[in-house]
Amino acid sequence: MTLLSATHLNASLGSRHVLHDISLSLSSGHLVALVGPNGAGKTTLLRALAGLIPSRGDIRIGGDALSSLSLRERSRRFAYLPQGHMVHWPLPARDIVALGRYPHGATDPARLSPDDMAAVLRAMQAVDVIAFGDRRVTELSGGERSRVALARVLAVEAPVILADEPAASLDPRHQIDVMQRLRGVADAGVLVVVVTHDLGLAARFADHVLVLSEGRLASQGAPVEALSEAVMAEVVRISAYRAEYQREAVIVPWADV
Amino acid sequence: MSVQDFALAAEVAARRRLGATVALTALVVLLVLISLGIGPVRLSPLTVIAALFGGGSDVAQVIVREIRLPRTILAFAIGGILGLSGAALQGLLRNPLASPSLFGAPQAAAFGAVLVIALGLADVRSFALPVAAIIAAFGSVFALLAIAGRTAGLLILILSGLAISSFAGAATALVMNLSSNPFVALEIAFWLLGSLEDRSFQHVMIALPFIVAGAVILLSQASSFRALTLGEEAAQSLGVDVARLRLFVISGVALGVGGAVAVTGTIGFIGLVAPHLMRPVIGHDPARLLVPSALAGSALLLAADIAVRVIPSTSDIKVGVLTSIIGVPFFLYLIMRERRVLGGGVA
Repeated sequence: MTLLSATHLNASLGSRHVLHDISLSLSSGHLVALVGPNGAGKTTLLRALAGLIPSRGDIRIGGDALSSLSLRERSRRFAYLPQGHMVHWPLPARDIVALGRYPHGATDPARLSPDDMAAVLRAMQAVDVIAFGDRRVTELSGGERSRVALARVLAVEAPVILADEPAASLDPRHQIDVMQRLRGVADAGVLVVVVTHDLGLAARFADHVLVLSEGRLASQGAPVEALSEAVMAEVVRISAYRAEYQREAVIVPWADV
Repeated sequence: MSVQDFALAAEVAARRRLGATVALTALVVLLVLISLGIGPVRLSPLTVIAALFGGGSDVAQVIVREIRLPRTILAFAIGGILGLSGAALQGLLRNPLASPSLFGAPQAAAFGAVLVIALGLADVRSFALPVAAIIAAFGSVFALLAIAGRTAGLLILILSGLAISSFAGAATALVMNLSSNPFVALEIAFWLLGSLEDRSFQHVMIALPFIVAGAVILLSQASSFRALTLGEEAAQSLGVDVARLRLFVISGVALGVGGAVAVTGTIGFIGLVAPHLMRPVIGHDPARLLVPSALAGSALLLAADIAVRVIPSTSDIKVGVLTSIIGVPFFLYLIMRERRVLGGGVA
């Protein structure tokens, strides 16, 4: 069932027209990978969908026009994970996760209602960060920190999660770990949109792939179709080794064309 | 870890913060009593308390309630708003080196006040003074945030703060340069130094409304600073209107610093030092730092104002000079400590 849709979406950054006439329709329970070359507009599209930057066109979330929702209502429907898992002050991991309840009015991590506290615990359990809940995020390893960031996003308990390169700069094991957890969240009924440069991870974990090129939607569909040989050659400008392993698509970037 | 462990850990931290805040409040009360007791006539804390509540001799009552109380109120309020402004700016910019004086706000406010006097628009005890100071402070903080932009890199912030405070200083010097009246030059020198001497309740009435308004605005934004820990984008996705927050903080800082500077001149570095003293005790949560930083600011300025009265010297040391003499080396120490981050270019 369609949860999030955009029709004729256009967006500009300053004087630069970044997104051109994008129309898409995404369903709950899906993991959607948003791929494309650097500068294609992936992050801009993610921000526009969350209503973090102004855009033209129509975005609808769960039947409501995004433009009709207040900032507070938007913040409850979209959980947004920016690139880099930035945390500016050395707060305990628990307090960072608790910020996920901010949209629900829980602005003080020391005074959470039982419901909010339960949501925080659920999120921390889901990504296995309870053990270092009291440690400062700045003292955690990259993998641990990305899981804390993920827990913060899960704690919002929003119907849509928008994650910008959640697996970047992690080792292969942690990349797979993060994607697997997002896969699990999607299986539980959440719409998860992930920006990634890793076509292998996209092919392996996504239900649906959006390929963005110069601000336009170049192709979309199931991974194997969306990332067809023609698209790979024209948009990504590489050839790839393609196979199937354990009934999942395998795409390994091979050479530039 | 369970819900109980969670609640327990939160309670332990909360109790520690409460204890620190209570201790700090007690320190401020003690400093207030000392500040009221010190001067040409020394009064014991008990005499001070008696005089405050209408007991004791008439002389003691006049000294405490009419001569020293305005000075002490101003030291408390101005130290408080400077500490609070520093904590709020550090929260907004996610940057431990942010403070009103580094960004040229007091210097700009002093220029606004000086200009009004030099042009003969108002006398030293009118409301035109704080209004001009507030407008100039608002302009300087606004310009700084406009130049530094959304990302607020440390280097750009400090360079533009330096530029703005130098510009405000140059503009003040120009006014001094152009004024033919020697009294105006004297008046300006007084603003550059910063002092609490001989302040009356008239000064309190001029400054206090603006300081209170600024403090209320800054305190009302506390939880937004906490959300900003995750950066502007994430904070906005959590429902914080970052553009509005920025405007609130600029207004709050301008009201507070402008009101303060209008009656005391520039008193620097309290806003930088106070939050740093509190972080080891309170933690790094920018929302929780606001009130303790204000208390620490009050304690610092009260202590500095007591010190200038106690330190033996042939001419009076101005309190603004003392805070800068202590504050600048502290700033250098912070730069040393943050060198790695500064070298990296981006905070």
